[in-house]
Amino acid sequence: MPKQIILAAHFPGVNNTTVWSDPRAGSQIDFGSFEYLARTAERGLFDFFFLAEGLRLREQRGLIHDLDVVGRPDTLTVLTALAAVTTHLGLAGTLNATYHEPYELARQLATLDHLSGGRAAWNVVTSPGAFFGENFRRGGFLDHADRYVRAGEFIQAARTLWDSDGGDFHIQSSQFDIKGRFGVPRSPQGHPVILQAGDSDGGRELAARHSDAIFSRHHQLADAQEFYRDVKGRLASYGRLPDSLKIIPGVSYVLGDSDADAQEKAHHIRRQQVSPQTAILLLEQLWNRDLSAYDPEGPLPSADPLLDEDETIVKGRAGMYPDRLKTAAEWRARAEAKNLSIRDLIIEVTGRQNFIGTASSVAASLNEYVQTDACDGFILVPHLTPAGLDDFVDQVVPLLQERGVFRTSYEATTLRGNLGLA
Amino acid sequence: MTLHVAVALTGSSFDASRWVDQIRRADEAGIDFATFDDTFGRSGPDAVLVASRVAPLTRSIGLVPVATTTRTEPFHLSTALATLDHVSHGRAGWQVRISADPAEAELLGRRAPLGVDDLISEAADAVEVVRRLWDSWQDDAIIKDVPTGRYIDRDRLHYIDFTGEHFTVKGPSIVPRPPQGQPVIAALAHAAQIWDRLDVDVYFTTPSDVDSAATIVRQIRAHGRTDKLVFADLVVFLAGDQETAIRRRAATTSDAAVFAGTPEQLAGLIAGWEPSGISGIRLRPGDDEHDLTAITRDLIPLLRERGLFTPSAEPDLRTRLGLPAAVNRYEGAARA
Repeated sequence: MPKQIILAAHFPGVNNTTVWSDPRAGSQIDFGSFEYLARTAERGLFDFFFLAEGLRLREQRGLIHDLDVVGRPDTLTVLTALAAVTTHLGLAGTLNATYHEPYELARQLATLDHLSGGRAAWNVVTSPGAFFGENFRRGGFLDHADRYVRAGEFIQAARTLWDSDGGDFHIQSSQFDIKGRFGVPRSPQGHPVILQAGDSDGGRELAARHSDAIFSRHHQLADAQEFYRDVKGRLASYGRLPDSLKIIPGVSYVLGDSDADAQEKAHHIRRQQVSPQTAILLLEQLWNRDLSAYDPEGPLPSADPLLDEDETIVKGRAGMYPDRLKTAAEWRARAEAKNLSIRDLIIEVTGRQNFIGTASSVAASLNEYVQTDACDGFILVPHLTPAGLDDFVDQVVPLLQERGVFRTSYEATTLRGNLGLA
Repeated sequence: MTLHVAVALTGSSFDASRWVDQIRRADEAGIDFATFDDTFGRSGPDAVLVASRVAPLTRSIGLVPVATTTRTEPFHLSTALATLDHVSHGRAGWQVRISADPAEAELLGRRAPLGVDDLISEAADAVEVVRRLWDSWQDDAIIKDVPTGRYIDRDRLHYIDFTGEHFTVKGPSIVPRPPQGQPVIAALAHAAQIWDRLDVDVYFTTPSDVDSAATIVRQIRAHGRTDKLVFADLVVFLAGDQETAIRRRAATTSDAAVFAGTPEQLAGLIAGWEPSGISGIRLRPGDDEHDLTAITRDLIPLLRERGLFTPSAEPDLRTRLGLPAAVNRYEGAARA
């Protein structure tokens, strides 16, 4: 039997992937939008629904970023409500190990697992730095170097609490000193599914040690295969089998009646995603300076990027450019060679869709990635709320089923069961 | 004058269908709202999440979970409750609680326990932060203006810049303003220190009889809280005959008055308390299953017959309770 593909639905988030200017774009906050996407994913027999977390609104040039979708709900509250309108779909959310505490969060996740009949999943992230901390009691208390220490100890603490089955516990570590009785009996999954997104060496090691799945960013086939080999290779030293950690990149796709039609649609979506104003802001994220005086239809700045990484122009978003000068040189060369404006260049170099083509060619590509061990499945990131996955569920899922690489009914009632995790 | 009727659920079940069944029955009976009890130290589910779990499956009933301000993050409280309001289309509330239990402090860790006076001032700060965050988005902040490429008008978003003894919170919220603007905030108030210091909409009080109810109402009004709702809490054991009810009550004691009798007798008692000036009754079922059934099936029809209770047709909790529309404190304020 060929490898079976894992599929998840990412609710469109607060970045320029999400197109709000399209007339079909619905509310980003009404519960109806969340319910619609979750029901669509469940109709398509997806493994889980995924919702990110917000701790502070993004800022650029010291002002609240106003060009992308802004605002979102509390993760756990929406996931628990979705448990009422779905029956098999896993319910995964990002929850930050820096600005939550183990007893409260483990209790909430175990509650979600009980109230959903075993469908809870937790994407563990950490946020160092003072920016988010300004909304919380402890402020930016966590050193960058300690972020995986806290994440690892947090996961271990949560597992200790879940394993206590409503009994006594005493947890002492560098980050935590708590004791008492955990007020939740063992939940249907025992442990909610743990996802992790870090990509550095420390992040990979954390995932190899603690996670059930990795939400990866590796999209290119060879690069993804290398990542897959590397992470799966780390499992043995923790006594784990390769199948016990699923690798699931976040990807976007565009379907068309022909490949040319799909390419044309993809270009239209890219222009919606990169408005003239957004083009300047995205360029500023690399250049790290105020470029508001530049014409988005004109050439790139002649000055080089600013290299002060302590004082970046964008706040509330992970750093994306490890070598600003090198990337800037590449962008300049590309713009000059093809005579591209700022906006045209940004459309080319940022966030291009990963899978573009007919339903049949997209199904074939997705399957190739999984069968050649570039990944175990995909977290699909649609660009439209809430109907952005309709075409995938209607057109691609049946083709994957025909190939015998995707389920035709849910195997289990718990998320662990459907993911094939112990 | 009709009264509002609420029920206080204290269940510790982790079975979603049981919660749904109970809240649906209360919803169908027209009960104004249900409170969901919670503490960190108990065995039981997180109350905010229970309320959220039942929200999509109910229509009119207000959903008022207990959430503790001691050691929790006001930012998370605010966003969770705002989200409950979105999920329930304007039926969210919050019963504020403090935790003076040292065993609960050890569960959460990190901070030395505070005295009760400090816990109340911390709760008052948390309520202030939660309320400011709910207002930190104006209702019309999302503009989706394609020509300028702007999704929001950031002049309609506001930093709350709260600085207190226990925490500072910058804001704005990550959640657009909840449908009610300000979901309903309640607190159990045994003493003047609560009604003086917490900016809540509803006080749950524990009179022992009609005279003490009248005294409590007078005291609260004398403290200048003329616009607040005062609910009388009552623990109830119901049965078809008084002897059975008394046997069920056994040696139960409570901070609130404990009633044991038939639904007819309870309707009579409530009629007797009505002239005290209370806004409503919060019934605490002695047993969530048995007594909730007796309340919804037997008591509510009796109260309706006697003109003591009329189910509200209003879809949001503030309006159901006759609270004024929430005015946004930042409306017309300078830019964030």
